[in-house]
Amino acid sequence: MSYHPEALIAELEERARELRIACLDMIYRRGAGHPGGSLSAAEIIAALFFHKLRLDPKRPDWPERDRFILSKGHASAILYAALARLGFFPMEDLKHWGELSCHLQGHPDRLKTPGVEMTTGILGHGLAIGTGLALAARLNGLNYRVYVLLGDGECQAGVVWEGAMVAAKYRLAKLTAIVDYNGVQLDGPVHEIMPLEPLVGKWRAFNWAVLEINGHNMRQVLEALDTAAEIHDRPTVIVAHTTKGKGVSFMENDSRWHGIPPNDAQYAQAIAELRGGA
Amino acid sequence: MAEISMRESYGRALAAYGEINPDVVVLDADTSSSTLSCFFAERFPDRFFNIGIAEPCMVDVAVGLALGGKIPFANAFAALISLRAMEQVRTCVCYARTNVKLIAGYAGLSDFKDGPTHHAILDIAMVRVLPEMTVIVPADALEAGKWVPVVAEYQGPVYLRLSRAATIPVHNDSLQVEIGKGITLREGGDVTIIATGSMVGRSLLAAEKLAKEGIDARVLEIHTVKPLDVDLIRQAAEETGAIVTAEEHSIIGGLGGAVAESLCAGRPVPLERVGIADTFTCTALDPESLMDAWGLAVEDIVSAARQVLARKS
Repeated sequence: MSYHPEALIAELEERARELRIACLDMIYRRGAGHPGGSLSAAEIIAALFFHKLRLDPKRPDWPERDRFILSKGHASAILYAALARLGFFPMEDLKHWGELSCHLQGHPDRLKTPGVEMTTGILGHGLAIGTGLALAARLNGLNYRVYVLLGDGECQAGVVWEGAMVAAKYRLAKLTAIVDYNGVQLDGPVHEIMPLEPLVGKWRAFNWAVLEINGHNMRQVLEALDTAAEIHDRPTVIVAHTTKGKGVSFMENDSRWHGIPPNDAQYAQAIAELRGGA
Repeated sequence: MAEISMRESYGRALAAYGEINPDVVVLDADTSSSTLSCFFAERFPDRFFNIGIAEPCMVDVAVGLALGGKIPFANAFAALISLRAMEQVRTCVCYARTNVKLIAGYAGLSDFKDGPTHHAILDIAMVRVLPEMTVIVPADALEAGKWVPVVAEYQGPVYLRLSRAATIPVHNDSLQVEIGKGITLREGGDVTIIATGSMVGRSLLAAEKLAKEGIDARVLEIHTVKPLDVDLIRQAAEETGAIVTAEEHSIIGGLGGAVAESLCAGRPVPLERVGIADTFTCTALDPESLMDAWGLAVEDIVSAARQVLARKS
């Protein structure tokens, strides 16, 4: 088991809190976006972008960089918030998200925004694309890892499992999938809309290594990412149990907050709750 | 010498080109012994990926390989690439502008024996509307092979539409193909037949028949349905004043549609479209009689030329 110092855990937890505030701010300002699934992914995004991924914001096309695909592209706000903080583009751009002349699209666009590896938004593509990237790394003799963040509702799409079979067939050990298992999708609870359980069993049956964690526990997130890198004979999926809308009391576990912005009063309360956690 | 099929010429050219360009990788969806991507697979097993019966996934995996700097040739039946995998093609290939080559085999009616589920008579219409897409339809086996290096060395999405069959040979080995550049195969001043794919050879036969009636038909091969060689088409319209289009595809949305769009933006002339009427087809014992039965006979081109001449003022 890997060891992570308390200071690192505390720093990344603070980063996650900062990302939550940033994406609510962006969604409120724009009057559009997806708060629920952005808030649920905050620890995962913070761990990856501020600790795990080998990236060089000065060289977004550095061939050796790790690849991250936000397959659940509707959580674009939190990806943009992380990329801006790393310096892929100015922080100022976040205020202009969605404007006609701004590169930041509703969903991530690899041709418009530096640091976005792949255009996503239509659910289901990221895992199969990630397998292609991992195959290319093997052919090119490059050492990068590929991370794909999936939504749980997204796992209802058949093409996700087609991609899972490809990754298992070619034993793509440098591919790590993370399922943000927040249990809520646009129309309601995942277990009502189209149940996924047993989700861990499904991935095992597809010949993946499976790690199951609390996706809001930073130590568990970091340990799972480290463990995945030490499995050399198959791809790994981290099933991260999370809470949709995590950190804002009235958004938690409520599908109505999948894709709407807060009004003035809701925004003020949400920010106060997130800041209060300091 | 027996004519080889378009797919065999393509398959051999791809395997040969694999020697020259190590970045080329090939994918198939459990049809490599049909598309003949198996020739490449035998020679370069480490650069070949059989994704199974999962065309949408195959396209996404190809997208990932392209993002990783490879030049993926993704092979499957045209009907499935253009329908089942269409969302992947729109979003991840065209919108994301990834360097994926879609090799659409068994196009048109060429999979005669498997019937309408396997016929691809709508695919040109489907892919032609996609921004960023280049759509190429070779006329014969020799031309199909010539496209392999050109398509590989072009940066961007390509849909290469191949017949399963041996079409009427049109070209000799001196042929050089260029994306977007139509070919004048026969000069003529009375009417222009604009054809693509397997209908190019049939159009040349039609022009010979028309010559016997004293009608001097020009024949243009438009292998690149998109981007369309608008200059060559408008010049033909001006100089001959009447146009017939011919394609192994629905008369809606394919080459005929593209030519009509290009003419209406300039100086329109009478136009007749030879293609499959707005209908589904049927099974047959061979591709030639199937084409003849669904409005693609040489005689259909001849009569379309007569009709369009009658409309010419």
